[in-house]
Amino acid sequence: MAKVIYKFGDDISTDIIYPGRYMATVLPTETPQFAFDDIKELNKLLNSEKTEETRIIVAGKNFGCGSSREQAASCLKGHNLTIVARDFARIFLQNSINLGLRTVICPEIEAEVGDELEIAGDKVENKTQGKEFAVVPLPKARQAIVDAGGLIPYTQKILKQRMGIE
Amino acid sequence: MGQTIVQKILARATSRPSVEVGEVLEPAVDTAMSHENAALVMNQFQEIFAGLGRPAKVWNPNRIAIIFDHRVPAESKKTATNQKKIRAFVAEQGITKFHDIRGDEGGICHQILPENGYVLPGYVVVGTDSHTTTHGALGAFAFGIGATEMASVWALGNVLNVEVPDTIKVVVEGELPKYVQPKDIILNLIGKISAEGANFKVLEFHGSTIRNMSTSGRLTLCNMAVEAGATSGIVPPDEETVRFLREEAGVTGEIELIAPDEDAKYCQVVEIDASKLVPQIACPHTVDNVKPVSEVEGLKVDQIVIGSCTNGRLDDLETAASILRGKKVARGVRMLVFPASYRIYQKALELGYVNDLVKAGAVVMNPGCGPCLGVHQGALGDKEVALATTNRNFKGRMGNPDSEVYLCSPAVAAASAITGMITNPQKGGF
Repeated sequence: MAKVIYKFGDDISTDIIYPGRYMATVLPTETPQFAFDDIKELNKLLNSEKTEETRIIVAGKNFGCGSSREQAASCLKGHNLTIVARDFARIFLQNSINLGLRTVICPEIEAEVGDELEIAGDKVENKTQGKEFAVVPLPKARQAIVDAGGLIPYTQKILKQRMGIE
Repeated sequence: MGQTIVQKILARATSRPSVEVGEVLEPAVDTAMSHENAALVMNQFQEIFAGLGRPAKVWNPNRIAIIFDHRVPAESKKTATNQKKIRAFVAEQGITKFHDIRGDEGGICHQILPENGYVLPGYVVVGTDSHTTTHGALGAFAFGIGATEMASVWALGNVLNVEVPDTIKVVVEGELPKYVQPKDIILNLIGKISAEGANFKVLEFHGSTIRNMSTSGRLTLCNMAVEAGATSGIVPPDEETVRFLREEAGVTGEIELIAPDEDAKYCQVVEIDASKLVPQIACPHTVDNVKPVSEVEGLKVDQIVIGSCTNGRLDDLETAASILRGKKVARGVRMLVFPASYRIYQKALELGYVNDLVKAGAVVMNPGCGPCLGVHQGALGDKEVALATTNRNFKGRMGNPDSEVYLCSPAVAAASAITGMITNPQKGGF
């Protein structure tokens, strides 16, 4: 179970998630400080309250639209966030899968800041409101990357086969 | 059953007779493009090999293109150092399609690829930039990917995890009225189907308007396909594609005009009557907030931007120069022009367009991406309004979340530069 710490509407672009002016910063260890830098209260919340606990951001449709910048996924992963959205833009979703940022496609999700959500397999349970919402599962091939621990280990597995490394 | 053009390209890239929508494939890549974010790709690429105990070697150094465009010349020591590291990597790996910061061969990646013949019909093109959709204008299946995914391409030569997309057929018929441009078609389409109307889908362009359109206009259309969420935009290649590749891109080898089947299956058909279009404006802060120019005419602007991978080509500069020739940019308005490549810049110099624009008061900048995404020059002040021929108007896009960006065609931008407010060039006097 985890708490919703912020709620967005539709069409949150990667310019909002990770402003272009920080794009020269690339390493996943360095990007989290700039997450949502133009939404000061959220940036402050993420950077001041360091926690190991998973925290949830809820969003509407087309979360992560715009640029292919991978920093938008790595900065959120660095804060141990889970993103529950009505749906995601394609490149952002793929980047999240590749890096292991947890994204949950939940077309009907209803939740407010402070609500406790339980994400289990095919559904999201809003414990605070006593409601359940169906989750759209990832296609098998994408799930395989998640299960491998991200695209780097997945690619290593393929390379090993090609190179005949045991 | 009939196949769309993208199905055919993916079938060929996986050595199969046909592919079904929804299948997940690992197609072979023909061209893999990165810009300064190659710094992150390199980092991930080296991590892939670190665990294998083998030297990190790209699959094919002739199929990788690296173009410096996002921050040129470097705006900070961080960028300069990233660029330095990439140069070393390019040399070490023997990457051939490398375009450094140079006045003879530099420019924006989405212009450099077409004008150098790095994209051919039927190619699978991936780029670590969302506007990689641009290259569909030449009949390639071209789409944006993240840096880690590119690292995987560099290692394997395949792009993993490509779901065969559904295709929306866009049919554009009729002759464009004066001062209505390809940009207006794509803005109108995005307004119609929304910013996520084509998410995970391809936009395949058909109709007499497209057939009669230059490659430059097709590049504008496909460039902004991603603003409707599309994986890619694509124009079935034709005689114009061959003309462009032979005459402008120097391609001498075989060009195959791959085409969709007559009975290809589309998930949606959208029809646009080009003859009835008026200039379109995408209003803040989403690209699908599109209105006819009449609804925002008269709005005062602080900065006009003409350029970018969307509208920085020679015909765009020609439009701007023809409107501004002998006139002046309104006082209180800054007009920035950045050609999409140095090849275009040189031609615009030869043809006098640069002179026309500078004499009118425009600042002609070096080719690059900086102003479009607020990373390098051309930032907006608080509460300022920009009118730009670029591709995004997201909050904060031009470097300031407390400003507004409106998107339009080169004709509207040039006319508005003279008046200092959003202006419909069709109303005369231009």
